[in-house]
Amino acid sequence: MLAIVDFRAGNLTSVKKSLDHIGADSTVTSDPEKVMKADKIVLPGVGHFSSTAALEELRLREAILQRIAEGIPFLGICVGMQWMFEASVEAPGTPGAGLFTGTCDRFPGLVKSPHVGWNSLECDPQSRLLRGVSSGSFVYFTHSFRAPIVAATVARSEYGGEFSAAVERDNMFGVQFHPEKSGQVGLKLLENFCAL
Amino acid sequence: MLTKRIIACLDVAAGRVVKGVKFQQLRDAGDPAELAAAHSEAGADEVVLLDVTATHEKRTTLAETVRRTARQLFIPFTVGGGIRSLDEAMVVFDAGADKISVNSAALADPSLITRIAERYGSQAVVVAIDAKRAQNENAAGEPRFEAFVSGGRKPTGREAVSWAREAVERGAGEILLTSMDRDGTGVGFDCELTCTVSEAVSIPVIASGGGGDTQSFVNVFERGRADAALAASIFHFGLRRLADLKQELQSAGIPMRWPC
Repeated sequence: MLAIVDFRAGNLTSVKKSLDHIGADSTVTSDPEKVMKADKIVLPGVGHFSSTAALEELRLREAILQRIAEGIPFLGICVGMQWMFEASVEAPGTPGAGLFTGTCDRFPGLVKSPHVGWNSLECDPQSRLLRGVSSGSFVYFTHSFRAPIVAATVARSEYGGEFSAAVERDNMFGVQFHPEKSGQVGLKLLENFCAL
Repeated sequence: MLTKRIIACLDVAAGRVVKGVKFQQLRDAGDPAELAAAHSEAGADEVVLLDVTATHEKRTTLAETVRRTARQLFIPFTVGGGIRSLDEAMVVFDAGADKISVNSAALADPSLITRIAERYGSQAVVVAIDAKRAQNENAAGEPRFEAFVSGGRKPTGREAVSWAREAVERGAGEILLTSMDRDGTGVGFDCELTCTVSEAVSIPVIASGGGGDTQSFVNVFERGRADAALAASIFHFGLRRLADLKQELQSAGIPMRWPC
């Protein structure tokens, strides 16, 4: 069972619908015990980085980190990926999970923010998450803050400078874009994750 | 590179896609779920479903139409038309919309924008502005645009550009800007209106109303500084295939998601 973690930030209908479409057995839950029993975890998120503080309040943070430590595949989407870093300038008082080093920052003033629309990926061919997704593929973004390029970056995009579009290390995966809204490319990525 | 978006719009009344000219003379153009899937297949970057009769007729069918349309759609999907409250927005989100578009209700009570943005994030709130050129220019001799509500039937006296600015401050994630003077005419977008609003706000502006030949789209992206362009009738009635338009725009130097 794949757990889609609901921490009351935004709308999970599209994520659930896309996982249903590819035939994955998933459930939307805010229950830490269900997260502990899941064999895969997806953490979607939209809006403000401070909303991730609810993970702590709902005792989900601990459950997620424990399952990650046990080796369960984990996928953070959008703010869910940003949470995998140490922090975000958007909410300095809210700690991230620190799975990847670095702090998420705003876009430089020379470009419109938020970054909304379809942008292309520059992919690392070794990525397991992006298997079958070639560089130049387009995916859908909507975000005001961005994660830096780090050793775990497996896809980069360009908007007022380069940023991490996807990160991957061991059983930890994160995407800044929305695979559930990125047409066939996004569905392919979700299939790759479910096949891990 | 961030591409310019081509957005297919389905105007829906009582569960059927319709299309009018200058907000009048509605004609039946098909089933929304089928048309949305066809547009996605042809290369649409997004689909918008607007319930055009919503503010003055009962609309019990909207949630079901949204659910059916969303089921097989894996690109961004916006729903608007007659959404008056956070509760009504929640029903539409639950049915599968990624963004909702508000117009009349937001002008009547701008705090609605903030309440939806706080619950679902700004990226989920599109403020739709139906603008019409006013008879008189402003003191600087520039054209004035007035916002209309209720499907273009009621003038508000509110200047469109200042309303767009306020909408951003209140939490809007995108502006869907329709020129009522050009709607359904195919003679070209109102680039002056689009550019004025696009330069006044920090968020993406979707131009609507008047899309016709390829050059009209080139113009609205270059001169109008639009981030996205929305069109309906040119796609529904087979006047032009979406894929052809995107390829021609790419050849003209406009960044497009193509092939997709």
